[in-house]
Amino acid sequence: MRWIWIDAFTEFESGKRARAIKNVTLAEDHLHDHFPGYPVLPPSLMIEGMAQTAGILVGEARSFQEKVILAKVRQARIDEYCVPGDQVTYEAVVDSLEEAAATIQGTVYRNGRQIGSISLMFSHVDRAARELDLPEHNFVFHDQFMSLLRLYRISARHE
Amino acid sequence: MAMSREEVFGRVKGVLVEALGVDDDEVTESATLTNDLGAESIDFLDIVFRLEKDFGIKIPRGELFPTDLLSNPEYVENGRMTPRGLEKLQEAMPHADLSAFAKDPDVSKMQDHFTVGTIVNYVQSKLAA
Repeated sequence: MRWIWIDAFTEFESGKRARAIKNVTLAEDHLHDHFPGYPVLPPSLMIEGMAQTAGILVGEARSFQEKVILAKVRQARIDEYCVPGDQVTYEAVVDSLEEAAATIQGTVYRNGRQIGSISLMFSHVDRAARELDLPEHNFVFHDQFMSLLRLYRISARHE
Repeated sequence: MAMSREEVFGRVKGVLVEALGVDDDEVTESATLTNDLGAESIDFLDIVFRLEKDFGIKIPRGELFPTDLLSNPEYVENGRMTPRGLEKLQEAMPHADLSAFAKDPDVSKMQDHFTVGTIVNYVQSKLAA
């Protein structure tokens, strides 16, 4: 299973904001268990989708040199279920971006209509947590991930 | 017009309720952030971000909570703050009452002495500056 919860970026303004879409489909195995007979996109995966949208936005702002990890879900509210056939849009706007951390304010749309908000905090682990015994290499934006970004066509300028 | 301590406390309370998911009545001036309100290390940075936004102030990192002093070997021996270290810490944190910490200056327990009142003191000093 590939842990990719956004299908494409539709807008990207470096260091400021990004919009990504996710098409919900019955081909996704997990929907058959969540819930049997009543498939809905788990809101926890919507938080992940927002984290991927925003994480790439934050990572790109520093040319993918930082190890950007999700540090905290500051707030999350989803008011409606998304079902197969729906298109979910994640819009992330950078609230603050500095040496050790970044915060974003996110809005979730279902077929173009706002259904929720998610606020996230990211940490640049090299700077924020030197005492942690983390690997030297960039385990967040690794080669495989950069290949994925090429699919999204946003990393072209950093090649 | 300068904000009263009560006003500052009310807004700090709002910040903490949102940042830590605690109830209104749990946030008292004497409540400690870690023990009473369950704050973890990442929450401190979140609180700093929210205070900056709410009060429109700039909080240099390490000013509200100078963690660098607590890990500086010049001021810490066997996990305890030296008398010189305590002096430095009090200089760096005029907004904190460190008298209880001074009796048992185990650096791992420093956070236990960081109260809501400490934040209110700090914000008041920033607003007055």
